[in-house]
Formats: sequence, C-alpha cells, structure tokens
Amino acid sequence: MKKRLRLKRIRNRSLNRSMAGNAVLFFFMAICGVFMATPLVLIISNAFKPLDELFRYPPMLFPRNPNFDNFSDLFILMDNSWVPLSRYIINTIIIVGGGTVGHVVIASMAAYPLAKRDFPGKKLLFNIVVLSIMFTYQVTQIPNYLIISKLGINNTYLALILPSFAFGLGLYLMKQFMEQIHDSIIESALLDGAGEFRIYWSIIMPNVKPAWLTLAVLQFQQMWGTTGSTFLRDEQLKPLQYALQQIVNGGPARQGAAAVVTLIIAAIPITFFIICQSSIIETMTTSGMKD
Amino acid sequence: MSKVGGLLDRKNEWSLYNKIRRNKACYFMIAPYFILFFFFTVLPVLTSIVLSFTQFNVLEPPIFTGWTNYTRLFLDDDIFKIAIKNTLVFAVITGPISYFMCLLFAWIINEFRPKVRAFLTLVFYAPSISGNAYLIWNLILRGDRYGLLNGWLLDLNFINAPIVWMRTEKYVMLFLIIVQLWLSLGTGFLTFIAGLQTIDKSLYEAAAVDGIKNRWQELWYVTLPSMRPQLLFGAVMQITQSFAIADVSINLAGNPSTNYAGATIVTHLLDTGSIRYEMGYASAIAVILFLLMVGTNKLAQKVLRKVGT
Repeated sequence: MKKRLRLKRIRNRSLNRSMAGNAVLFFFMAICGVFMATPLVLIISNAFKPLDELFRYPPMLFPRNPNFDNFSDLFILMDNSWVPLSRYIINTIIIVGGGTVGHVVIASMAAYPLAKRDFPGKKLLFNIVVLSIMFTYQVTQIPNYLIISKLGINNTYLALILPSFAFGLGLYLMKQFMEQIHDSIIESALLDGAGEFRIYWSIIMPNVKPAWLTLAVLQFQQMWGTTGSTFLRDEQLKPLQYALQQIVNGGPARQGAAAVVTLIIAAIPITFFIICQSSIIETMTTSGMKD
Repeated sequence: MSKVGGLLDRKNEWSLYNKIRRNKACYFMIAPYFILFFFFTVLPVLTSIVLSFTQFNVLEPPIFTGWTNYTRLFLDDDIFKIAIKNTLVFAVITGPISYFMCLLFAWIINEFRPKVRAFLTLVFYAPSISGNAYLIWNLILRGDRYGLLNGWLLDLNFINAPIVWMRTEKYVMLFLIIVQLWLSLGTGFLTFIAGLQTIDKSLYEAAAVDGIKNRWQELWYVTLPSMRPQLLFGAVMQITQSFAIADVSINLAGNPSTNYAGATIVTHLLDTGSIRYEMGYASAIAVILFLLMVGTNKLAQKVLRKVGT
C-alpha cells in the first residue's frame, strides 16, 4: 500500500516536495512576476488610452477612459498607405515563415550528424559554428551586404531569408539537445534499415520537439523584428514591421496609433510563443520513449 | 560495414577517404547549412578580420596598415580602456547573476503544474519578447521630478532636488546593470525550460529509490547533470550577451554617454564604425572582443564540466 502511494506520488512529480517549500516558491514567483510583467501591462493599456492620458506623467498603469480610437486611427493611416496593407502582410508571412521554417529544418538537419554520427571534420565544423556566435555581427554587416549584392539577391526576399538559414544559434541549440538522445534508438532504427534522413526526420525530430519549438520561437522573434530596409529597396517587398515603424516615427500627432503599433509588434510574437510554449510543455507528458 | 567488402573495409578503416565515403549521407545532410553558413557567416567574419588590419572608411578602398589599429587601440585610445573596464564589470556581475537567474527561474517554473508553467514562462520571458520594452525604464529614470524614481524619492524626502540619473557618472553603470538583469531571462532561460522538459522522468524515480531526499539534492545530482548540454549552450549565450551589451546603454545613457560612463566595447565599436566610419578600427575592436569572449567561454566550459560531481 505504502509503496503504491509512493509510486503514485512519483508519477505526479510530488515526491521530495514539501508544502512549505511550495508556498515560499509561489510567493517568490508572484512578486518577481509582477515586476517582470509591468511593462507588458503598460503596453496593453497604452493602446486603449486617449491622447491626454498617453502624455500624462507619471503614466498610469490602467487607462481611466479606455476606448478604441487609437485602433481606428491606425486603420485609417494604414488605409492611406501607398502599398496596400495586405501586401505588407504577405511579405511578412513569406519572410518570417520562410526564415523560421527553413532555419529550423536546415539547422537541425545539419545538427543531427554533428551530434550523433562520427565523420572526419565534424569537430572542426562544430567549433567554427560556436566561435561564429561570438563574433560581433555589427562589423560583419558591410561584408555581408557586399556578398549579397555579388550573389545577385539584393532587393529580393532571399536577401533576408537565406542568411537567416545559416545563423549559428540554431545549429548549436539543436546539436546540444540531440546529444541527449540515446544511441540505442538510432542503432535499432539503422538495423531496421532506416536511412540517415529517415532517422533524422521520424526519430530524432519528434524526440527533440521542445528544442525545435524553442528555436522556432527565437527565430520567429528575430525574423519578425527585421525591417529589411538594408536589402529591400522596393516598397512592395517590405514587411509589416517596416510599415509599422514608419508610423511610430511619425511624431507626437501619431502617438495614439503608435501605442497600438507597439501592442501589435509585441502581440504577434507573444501569440506565436504561447502556441509553441503550450506544446513544449505538452511533450513532457507524452514523451515516454527516451530510452 | 558493407555486407560484401567487410574485410576490405576493416583493412582500410583508418583511411580518411573511406571514412568520408562511408559517411556520404552525413555530408549531404550538413551541406545546405554549411554552404549558406560559409557565404553568410564565415566569409563576412574573415573579411572583417582582414579589414582590422586596414584603414577603411567604407567609401574608399581599404589601405593596408598592419598592426596600426591594434597598437592605437591599446596605446592611444583612452575611451577603449573605459569600455573594456565597463564591459568586464558587466561580464563579471551581470553575466553570472543572469545565468543563475535563468537557471533558477526555469527550475522553479518547472516545479509548477503544466498550465501554470506555460503562464509563468510567458510572464518571465515577457521583457525579452516585447522588443524595446526596456525603454519603459526611461520613464522610471527620467531626470526631472516627473520621473518615477525621482518622484518617489522626493515624496519620501530622501532627496530635495531631482537627480539626472542617466547623465550622472556615478549612477550610470548601476542602473545599466539593474536594467540588464531585468532583461536577462532570454535565450538561455527558454533553453533551460525546454531542457527541463526533456529530462527522462525515470531518472527521478530511480533517484527517489536511491535515497534522494529533497528537491535540492534532486537538482544537483539528477537535474543539472542531465541538462549539461543546455548548460553549456546557455553559457555561450550569456557570454555573448554580457560582453556585447550596447542597446540598453545607448538607449538609456546615450552614445557617447556622459564622460563615457556607460561606454562598452560594442558602443565604442558602433561609435567608431557607424558614426566615424572607421570600419578598419571597428573591426579591430570586434576582433579583441571576440578573443575576450572565446577566452571566457573556455573558462566557463571548464567550470560547467564539474557540475553534479
């Protein structure tokens, strides 16, 4: 009886946990949570503030007369833009979607052999990637621009998407997680006659789901943040982020619309984050095949 | 390994050519990434290193000058000394504290039920995800009496005149460190959260049977050793972040800041590179920063290998 109870507690992860400890942790997290979340609350409430409240000092955490004026202002502004809003949205989907999916797939495909196979040159290649993460990107921008011009992909989506495939972070992240997978799974798959690509796609990737979802969140955030103005000259190619930044730069008269823009800029990656995060935590309850 | 030529294979096991041929599939799999990586990362970095030995103003072709940039950096550049000092302060203070905060919060969050866990992760990751959220600190640190901090201190009679926080030398670093710590739950934090999800649960059961008594022992003997790959990754991320602090300093203290009180290596690099158009010199700064990070990383990896022993 006692043993069964103990097993049940193990299942529920409540073993080795004291009530007092839980309470202390809860209060600690509540206090820190308020501190961390304040700016987010301010961003949300700013979007609903009328102009006079937006300019008030000290700023109020919650609006006194909340309304949707700022939202309608923004829509009127966007309606008058030279390039239709839908075009900006399509551009964003191509750049952010392409950059995120491509990077996750290509980086993890390269990470699998580096983590689990033994072949000449693997150590060297991996070390170069890790070192590259530590080089300040600000000075490589000019060489980068020259290379993109030479490749003839300047002023196309590819100028933003292709370099994003090759960020060092994704490969490093994926390789670290793949290292933890037991060799026995791979060996049995090899015995069953699975090819390397098959192993990567149907065995490794499902096993490191938390890793590639995390990478997707990070990459999405990175791609969403780019305005692309270095490489994209045609207005028709620019992403939503660029159009939105133009409104923020519009000066005091546009503060209301700018507050909504700030909200949108934060809301999109947060939505993506929430979707991914809930499946990261879901995998925990279902992954039984680690060994 | 092949069925027919087993003997032949064994004989040539150590020949490089055979090894490469046998792992053909591996090379195909890494090819797309590494071809792009070569063009968009390796080539630009190598170019920058070469440029660090030249005088290059972006408009005219670079002129080779040998070690001039480096000697100037170390012998003639007083601001660079301040920048190195400030960067090391960040690296020594915010680096380790941020790292432990990431780990601590990820671990605590993992103690909660899955639904609460997802919510808490969002709350704590919020400052990193909402782009320029740290600009909110401008409201708190405003130099006149409308700034929140000045307002409170005036009300409580601690000061009798507002202080221009981010323009006063002795306060600049202090507040930059605070803001940086507030921002620290980023990439490393998310990775740790994901890492905790992948730990084999049977390990905890085995540990409980083996006599692990409380959550601290569990953390040290089971959790941390199981997520060593993530710990190493987190260290690299933390080092690159702490050594490359610039945006926060530029937006809160200005670039150049009052008497260069908030100067870091990267603000100095941006000052010379994008304001003064001395790309050769800026590249030399980048190379020094790179060497500093590589050295620190070597050290950190050595320490982290001792975890859980």
